[in-house]
Amino acid sequence: MTCKEFLALLDDIIDGSVSPETRAELHTHLDHCSHCKVTLDTTLKTIEIYRSHEIYDLPDNLREQLHSAIMTRCKKGC
Amino acid sequence: MAIIQSAVDEFEPHPDVALIEKVRGGDISAYDVLVRKYERQIFRIALHITQNREDAEDVAQDAFLKAYQKLEQFQGNSKFYTWLVRIAVNESLMRLRKRRTGKMVSIDEDVATEEGSVPRDLADWAPNPEQNYNQAELADILRKTIQGLPEGFRIVFVLRDVEGLSTEETAETLGLSIPAVKSRLLRARLQLRERLSRYFHRTRGIEK
Repeated sequence: MTCKEFLALLDDIIDGSVSPETRAELHTHLDHCSHCKVTLDTTLKTIEIYRSHEIYDLPDNLREQLHSAIMTRCKKGC
Repeated sequence: MAIIQSAVDEFEPHPDVALIEKVRGGDISAYDVLVRKYERQIFRIALHITQNREDAEDVAQDAFLKAYQKLEQFQGNSKFYTWLVRIAVNESLMRLRKRRTGKMVSIDEDVATEEGSVPRDLADWAPNPEQNYNQAELADILRKTIQGLPEGFRIVFVLRDVEGLSTEETAETLGLSIPAVKSRLLRARLQLRERLSRYFHRTRGIEK
């Protein structure tokens, strides 16, 4: 497996949708290629960081305002 | 685990279905429950797309109102949340178009990048690199980094990786083909990774 072939499979690897045979090939490639290992590890970390940190949080008071604005409009829309 | 979950999904209707039936029967308090359940996510998605808090609030209001008005049209063959996200994405894109009069906003546009090229930046990251920054610094880095992505990549990444929609749901929501979603997602993930490397490099980045 080449680095380019590995990269083409990166999303499937991350999503866990590769066949067992391909997975074995991937492991062999990763054992010998630090470049792809770093790419995989840091891409996984990128996703994990964005998933676990709410960068656009809605403070409770604003959330309440938004909520009541939505419900007021919906009630009028009946 | 996934097999067990999908079997459960097949036989048990999603809890939203009962709430929607109540709303259709005239019980507005059931809609209140749905709004509470999803308002944060809808606001976040709208803010990711519009990059403007005021617009995001308006989009969230409009999306929930539109969903309420069109509830009879909701078929139930997709999840209520996915249907709601589709409305919110369309509202957000419309708002962007209004702001940028004369300049079309389309997520269909392909953004020219070196597809399939092997990333050049080989720098490994420090273990738990986010711990080198306080919460405010980290949020700032993550915001700046994702804001720098082309729009079409950013929206796909947010729906797929942040909000957890499947590839199929993301494609349906954005009116894109599945290969187009996959291609944008790969490039979004790699570009974000490369941009974050300057902050998360083993020796703390100098471009902080």
